[in-house]
Amino acid sequence: MNTDRIEKRILLRAPHERVWRAISDAEQFGFWFGVTFDKPFAEGARLTATIVPTQVDAEVAKSQQAYAGTRFEFIVERIEPMRHFSFRWHPFAVQPGIEVSKEPTTLVVFELEAVDAGIVLTITESGFDRIPPARRAKAFAANEQGWEKQTQLVEKYLAMGSQR
Amino acid sequence: MRDKRGVIGDLTDPAPLFAALGDSTRMRIVARLCEAGPLSIVRLTRGAKISRQAITKHLRTLAAAGVVRSDRVGRERIWELQSARLVQARRSLEQISDQWDAALERLRAFVEKHEH
Repeated sequence: MNTDRIEKRILLRAPHERVWRAISDAEQFGFWFGVTFDKPFAEGARLTATIVPTQVDAEVAKSQQAYAGTRFEFIVERIEPMRHFSFRWHPFAVQPGIEVSKEPTTLVVFELEAVDAGIVLTITESGFDRIPPARRAKAFAANEQGWEKQTQLVEKYLAMGSQR
Repeated sequence: MRDKRGVIGDLTDPAPLFAALGDSTRMRIVARLCEAGPLSIVRLTRGAKISRQAITKHLRTLAAAGVVRSDRVGRERIWELQSARLVQARRSLEQISDQWDAALERLRAFVEKHEH
């Protein structure tokens, strides 16, 4: 079994340019991802991301206040317009009081491919095997409740979408 | 996985991962795999008081929880314990995988919302 890598692929029914901006523009990326950045994306730039609570659900947003304001490092690796955006960060880093900046990072790659129906977006995150096992274990214990909330949030968000 | 004490230590952890072990038959299967290493279903059933079908069902429950895994070797299926490290690695990866799924749905809503 591969424990080093996650890969996700989805079809987005939206224009190429719009998808590219949603990914490569720091402000737009932050909007859907749930963070704010301290400066624009540029190759090699080291940004600080700050977690902001979701606007989707007041109750979930309230529970996310625990993480709101938590900061993490986000290092832009490579930008190839309309095709490729990649960055490095520390997985499991959202744990107050734990110093991770010297630990290994994972690499996250967004790749866009135009097809008839829209844009196929492939996201891969790799390098997990280099992350210390103890960190993974702690992160798991810390986040378990958070994941249930996250799932509820997504369900609610999708339900809202179907009513429109 | 060969470190018996390490594995048993992790099995007593209250993590939900090991809820699947709240059954004496499944606990015995895990103990057996722990002592003997990878075993075929034939060897696992040998000496047991329950049917091969029942053991297979328990193995599937354990596999769903990530405690054991199986590989087909020729015509036989060989079962073995996942090392505690691998189990943990898999669980943490699943968690991040879920996080990406949620993030991608937000991205989808964001880029598709004016396209109807």
